[in-house]
Amino acid sequence: MSSDKQEGSLTLKQRFDRWMIKHGRVLVVGIPYFWLFLFFLVPFLIVLKISFSVAEYAQPPYTPLFEWIDEGITVTLNFGNYLFLLSDSLYVTAYLNSIRIAAISTVITLLIGYPMAYGIARAQGSMRSVLLMLVILPFWTSFLIRVYAWIGILDREGLINAFLMWTGIISEPLIMRQTEFAVYVGIVYTYLPFMILPLYSTLEKMDVSLVEAALDLGCKPWQAFAKITLPLSMPGILAGSLLVFIPAVGEFVIPELLGGPNTLMIGRTLWNEFFANRDWPIASSVAIAMLLFLVVPIMWFQHIQTKQEEGQQ
Amino acid sequence: MSSKRSTFLISALVFGFAFLYVPILLVMIYSFNEGKLVTVWAGFSTKWYVSLFSNDGMIDAAWNSLRIGVMSATLALALGTPAGLVMSRFGRFKGRTLFSGMIAAPLVMPEVITGLSLLLLFVTLEQMIGWPAGRGLSTITIAHTTFCAAYVAVVVQSRLSGMDTSVEEAAMDLGAKPAKIFFVITLPMILPALLAGWLLSFTLSLDDLVIASFVAGPGSTTLPMKVFSSVRLGVSPEINALATLIILAVSVMIVIASLMILRSERMRSRASAGADAQH
Repeated sequence: MSSDKQEGSLTLKQRFDRWMIKHGRVLVVGIPYFWLFLFFLVPFLIVLKISFSVAEYAQPPYTPLFEWIDEGITVTLNFGNYLFLLSDSLYVTAYLNSIRIAAISTVITLLIGYPMAYGIARAQGSMRSVLLMLVILPFWTSFLIRVYAWIGILDREGLINAFLMWTGIISEPLIMRQTEFAVYVGIVYTYLPFMILPLYSTLEKMDVSLVEAALDLGCKPWQAFAKITLPLSMPGILAGSLLVFIPAVGEFVIPELLGGPNTLMIGRTLWNEFFANRDWPIASSVAIAMLLFLVVPIMWFQHIQTKQEEGQQ
Repeated sequence: MSSKRSTFLISALVFGFAFLYVPILLVMIYSFNEGKLVTVWAGFSTKWYVSLFSNDGMIDAAWNSLRIGVMSATLALALGTPAGLVMSRFGRFKGRTLFSGMIAAPLVMPEVITGLSLLLLFVTLEQMIGWPAGRGLSTITIAHTTFCAAYVAVVVQSRLSGMDTSVEEAAMDLGAKPAKIFFVITLPMILPALLAGWLLSFTLSLDDLVIASFVAGPGSTTLPMKVFSSVRLGVSPEINALATLIILAVSVMIVIASLMILRSERMRSRASAGADAQH
């Protein structure tokens, strides 16, 4: 009670200030921490939990994991979903396909993006800002619309076929849409800015005099590139590749719109399990299996991010 | 030797930018095509724009998307700014690794996983505490806020890391309270980053199909969901018209925003140059 009397002499604002100085720091950390914890981390634990239950015709459509039986809690872990994923060649094929398609697309994106990033980094003053802006602009326009643009180009009655048939190079339309080729085009096209930007930021910081010194000392240009530029731009190559590879593995829109019915990718399989088959437990175990595979690249990406911050500070 | 190199670089840039822009330009050109087919040019017409604006389903979806976009960009700014501040100014604290992980992971997490996991969270919460009752605009807003906050945090953090801390330190030495330092000094200095973060969140929210499809409920169809269901059936001139409008709106917004950022940066550098001259 005595403390109450002491505090009573303070105005409300003073009390608030005191409280803020004492707890403000906790509050600033706590609110975003709590939000991300609740809406980003906890959901994964629930997915993990549901991946061990059995599908049921009920709302929600899965069996509970914990049950009160004979006044005790029993946990029924059901590994059936995971065994099913392993035994059905559909899922294994979809996983391997996704990894292969994502890896090949990442390499193509790197091959196209590296010279572009290099060219932008070596451009002069205002030209550089304009080129950079031109890379960022498509990133801001709708992803869905950029994928859609390729339907009209690659379709059987699309622009490429119309053009080639008009020039007489081909007489029968080429099948380009609904093939794996179209999926590569789509991924490379939509993810190219993600590759160029981190590459640009490492190439821009690079000291050009190192390359000049190597050339003066008799290195051939390709040797100077392989021995100096390439190793120095490695953080950018890694960051860009991971930014393309990780989301590409789980890509749904591109294989759905540009790929054929045979272009199995894991993101598409998950979507179908969930929306078409309404099998939530299987969809959850597909997600967990995908996550297990992606955990290493994701942690690698985070490691690179943290290292770059520390370099900046 | 170097002219050969620059020829290669210039042709790489020309090819690369053609690859990035030709498809978008084709969509824009064919939105003015009279005919329904993509390949056959049947004359100039704006009839697809008229039919787009008389499509009530499309207008409702666009309205939903705009409301979700504004709400989640604003919430993401409120959550992401302190998160970025914590990451760049608070040094080491307990749980920092987990915190930085929860900021970096949403940037690369495949959308199907985020969407599914959030839906299962909402279903579980509804069973346990009765909230959220059903799914709709609010659940989509929460989902978008979460991944947009991570983007805002990264933008704010990189801005703060590259910033001079001497003014903040001077204010601290003179006895200003942390909150006052933040609102009077730090906030005005990172305003361009906040604007960029808000715009980025807004466009990301406006663009998201996969996560919204998982956590949407009846009556909360967003624009990408509407576009996706019509695009699945093939090319439609109405979507070309919509795409053109979106691209134009985004381009205008980006140009205005970058001019504003450029101006504020120029003013700041001029102000600091003036301060240096006075010494």
